[in-house]
Amino acid sequence: MSASAPIDPTVATWEADRLQLVGGRCSGCATVTFPRLDGCPKCGSAAVEETPLSRRGTLWTWTTQGFLPKRPYVGTETDETFTPWLLGYVQLPEGVMVESPLVDTDVEHVEIGQAMELTSVEMATSDERGGVRTFAFRPVREEQA
Amino acid sequence: MNVAIVGVGLHPFGRFEGRTGLQMGAFATRQALADAGIGWSDVQVAFGGSLGVVLPDSHGDTMPDSLVTELGLTGLPFVNVANGCATAGTALLMAASAIESGAQDVAVAVGFDKHPRGHFNADPEVHGLPAWYGEMGMFVTTQFFAMKIQRYMHDHGITQQTLARVAAKNFRNGAKNPNAWRRKPLSEEEILASRMLNHPLTQYMFCSPDEGAAAVVLCRTDRAGEFTDTPVFLKGAALRSRRFGTFEVFSPWLAAEQTPAPTADAAAAAFAQAGIGPDEVDVAQVQDSESGAEIIHMAETGLCEDGEQEELIARGATEIDGELPINTDGGLIANGEPIAASGMRQVIEVVTQLRGDAGERQVRNEPRVGFTQVYGAPGVSACTVLTR
Repeated sequence: MSASAPIDPTVATWEADRLQLVGGRCSGCATVTFPRLDGCPKCGSAAVEETPLSRRGTLWTWTTQGFLPKRPYVGTETDETFTPWLLGYVQLPEGVMVESPLVDTDVEHVEIGQAMELTSVEMATSDERGGVRTFAFRPVREEQA
Repeated sequence: MNVAIVGVGLHPFGRFEGRTGLQMGAFATRQALADAGIGWSDVQVAFGGSLGVVLPDSHGDTMPDSLVTELGLTGLPFVNVANGCATAGTALLMAASAIESGAQDVAVAVGFDKHPRGHFNADPEVHGLPAWYGEMGMFVTTQFFAMKIQRYMHDHGITQQTLARVAAKNFRNGAKNPNAWRRKPLSEEEILASRMLNHPLTQYMFCSPDEGAAAVVLCRTDRAGEFTDTPVFLKGAALRSRRFGTFEVFSPWLAAEQTPAPTADAAAAAFAQAGIGPDEVDVAQVQDSESGAEIIHMAETGLCEDGEQEELIARGATEIDGELPINTDGGLIANGEPIAASGMRQVIEVVTQLRGDAGERQVRNEPRVGFTQVYGAPGVSACTVLTR
């Protein structure tokens, strides 16, 4: 089965061997945002350039999504089939914390401060796309750390 | 500030089929006018809050100034107010400012809302957010509260048991409040065993949107004696929005360098204006959108230090008979949140406590100083300091 199209072509590089989220860096004050914004929320400058973000960071906080989100969520679950998943903010070296689903972990194992890395996941969708590729963070495995 | 509250009126909070938000607003206003012993024609300026200002066509929400058709077409200046979760606090602050400016002596601030179940839905793009953020399931308000308290618990040693204690206290206080929505006490065990919505927060730790209205009559301090023997003085009132680096709802990213929340700024400004310190507060109502918010707001407002809540709450300091009673009317957890009335309810509860009229839920030791705080989307807070 071939990979689905990205959920948004601009939010990441989506290169199979080198996936990176794409943020914005203010040319004036160096503030980094995700995604890129047209203006800098810190200094107001309009000189904001695209910048690829580091693939690795540390988990700053997390929670579970314990119920089926309402639209505009496009997952295919129903109230009956829904199983809780995790999300959190991952702090990256650029000084930005990115909100993201967390995969390959659970409530028993997830831990604030742990090393995380970017990955991509297939997501079945209830809309005409049928499925999309999205981003997520997963714990860095011991042997890779 | 040179402003006194001389009349208060509340329509009970809850669900009222067949009654419009406008009718509830008119009810609360009439109660407040009667409490002050005046008529609508004596009111020189009014500020009315409702989500109807921004969503006039949905769910029967109404423009607040429609109230004048119920109360009297006197020609007074009437200002519609909408400012997110700080709507009520904003209406109150604007009314107080009108009096402070010398333009008017007698003002009304009123807020009402009628939210259906699961209200507050919107499109991410209305908030300037990309579509993928909602499609991936991250446009969910409750996730924010959970992630903020999760980090706070990690940093400051707060336990999940303390989250349950706060909710249990607020349900217990609500049971003593005839105007509250949830009037059945729930045990800490029941709260912890309810459905895990967003770890560490369970279903019964959250408030829900509902319906209700609240109104106050304000006047110049030197005229207070004309209306009441028990004026309550608005010594400080401040409204603040988020600065760069705060942690707010619906944020695809945060700055790694975190800034104090708008609540901290608003509380500090209100206390400074009043010339009163948080250590002098005898009774407080703070925003408990869920029980973690009450815990965080205790510290953000200066009522305690970060981490101190674990011990304070365990020994009952924030109960009605404790040394720092908080959310004595049951807070949002027991009253629900009709946004534009919620902050006014807090002020009315403090006025009721300072007057000594709170009956079964009256705090001890003749309270002298009260405090209120609202906080919410999109990152706004309003605080007041009140004395008798």
